[in-house]
Amino acid sequence: MTSHLVQAVNVTKSFGNNEVLKGIDLSVRAGQVVCLLGPSGSGKTTFLRCINQLESIDGGRIWVDGELIGYAERGGRLHRLKDKEIAAQRREIGMVFQRFNLFPHMTVLENVCEAPCTVQGRRRKEVEAEAQTLLERVGLGDKPHAYPNELSGGQQQRVAIARALAMHPKLMLFDEPTSALDPELVGDVLAAMRDLASSGMTMIVVTHEMSFAREVADHVVFMDAGVVVEEGRPSEVLVNPQHRRTQDFLRRVTSEDDRGDDEGVRGSTP
Amino acid sequence: MTSPTDTEGERPGRIDAVPVRHPGRWVAVAVITVLVAMFVHMLVTNPVFNWPFVVESMFQPSVLRGLVFGTLWVTVLAMVIGVGMGVILAVMRLSPNPVLSVVAFAFIWFFRTIPRLVLLTIMGTLGLVFREGLDLGVPFDQQILDLVGIDGDMRFLSFDANAIFIGVTGGAIGLGLSEAAYMAEIARAGITSVDTGQREAAEALGMDRRTTMRRIVLPQAMRVIVPPTGNELISMVKDTSLLIGLPLSTELFFQLNAIGARTFQVFPVLVAATLWYLIVGSILMVGQHFLEKRFNRGYGARATPTADPLQPNEPVEATP
Repeated sequence: MTSHLVQAVNVTKSFGNNEVLKGIDLSVRAGQVVCLLGPSGSGKTTFLRCINQLESIDGGRIWVDGELIGYAERGGRLHRLKDKEIAAQRREIGMVFQRFNLFPHMTVLENVCEAPCTVQGRRRKEVEAEAQTLLERVGLGDKPHAYPNELSGGQQQRVAIARALAMHPKLMLFDEPTSALDPELVGDVLAAMRDLASSGMTMIVVTHEMSFAREVADHVVFMDAGVVVEEGRPSEVLVNPQHRRTQDFLRRVTSEDDRGDDEGVRGSTP
Repeated sequence: MTSPTDTEGERPGRIDAVPVRHPGRWVAVAVITVLVAMFVHMLVTNPVFNWPFVVESMFQPSVLRGLVFGTLWVTVLAMVIGVGMGVILAVMRLSPNPVLSVVAFAFIWFFRTIPRLVLLTIMGTLGLVFREGLDLGVPFDQQILDLVGIDGDMRFLSFDANAIFIGVTGGAIGLGLSEAAYMAEIARAGITSVDTGQREAAEALGMDRRTTMRRIVLPQAMRVIVPPTGNELISMVKDTSLLIGLPLSTELFFQLNAIGARTFQVFPVLVAATLWYLIVGSILMVGQHFLEKRFNRGYGARATPTADPLQPNEPVEATP
């Protein structure tokens, strides 16, 4: 278990009577890039949100870097963690959202520096210098004093990546990071993610970008209706899927990709 | 030329069209001008206005003292109490902690329901309720100690109720508590207007609930909170005239009324009061305008100042 950075066992989650996760198992080794694929409503985003406790889980266990997420085990019983302890666990995990969620009342630089300064209590000067380096790394070194609403979606998403990285996370979660972007802006964000992957960051990515999964992922997981249907190396799962549901999904996505070339629509599921 | 297919020879150029005419507006302007002229005529010719007396009474020392210490100073104190407590109450009300939420609800319910004049009048009489001063300590202490057979009490803090609940302090507390209940509702609307994605992003960065509220949610809630707070401030200036219920006599309207009663010039002092409230209210409205611009930073359409390479370091300030 210790060889895995993320270990999820039999994770279940319901919203009311709707069981969205029906026993998910997932293991991610340090430095791996894992892509979660599957149709809308398959539970992949919910599972991602469970890893950093934006959703609580009803059953199963999730460990990140050997630490049980959300609970402490004492005397054979699980005790719910306090707000502050949950916050401390989240510091190790960076997250990038579909809709960027930059802080609109702060400049780009302030967005990136906010958490390292207020949460980790680091010195502003030192953080700002590092933030500038991070912004240059995602190609936005010339925009530190812009407000988010002055940037394009692709630029905002790259700021969001820099903001998450500024906390020095062990793990980065991406929740459909390119789904809200205009097609011509997707490339820059994917390039920043590729760069991050090649630097050895552990990443779990919910995406509909098949080309990204094919080229960057070490491991792909295909989910449908709250279960893992199939997983393995992208060269196996994407090229030669064993399961019918995977085959159906890939056929649909691929045909949409073809159509997308004509219409400017990029691989999103119906 | 007139047919859409016939564009071979000359392509249509710049549009020079006749604008829509608005004859109704001109009629309205004429009518309003006449009405305004009639009103000015009355102001100038009706002897009841007695303008020299209006101006004289506006600048009487007792009136100016009432304006500064009663009207303006109590407004400031009451709004500081109101905004501060209101934001805290709103955060309590939205807290997942049911104890905090219920306490906040009870407070808001009570103070929203009591009319301000009634509240201030009650506060003025609290000196009678707490004749021996207001004590904080163990409840039923003397009864308990009597049973045990010991003299004395178990009280730790004592206030003189008459000193707290009357005068400027009493007015500020009374109006402030009442205001806090209204501000709590305004602040709550502001907090809930902030996109949940903002809270999630802050929490994903490892901020605890308190830091998230202080650094991320409240600053964004401000742009929803500020405009109605400006209205509350202007209302508060007007509501200081209710301090008569307390009673607090160093207050603008009370002092002008007193002059009217002494000199039998009842109407001119009302005009004087109206003018003072108009002046103060207008100044506050201008201030509110600039405050709203300040808190709208980072929202809405705006020229991109970062496009100017000469001033890359200057974050956007609202243009004056």
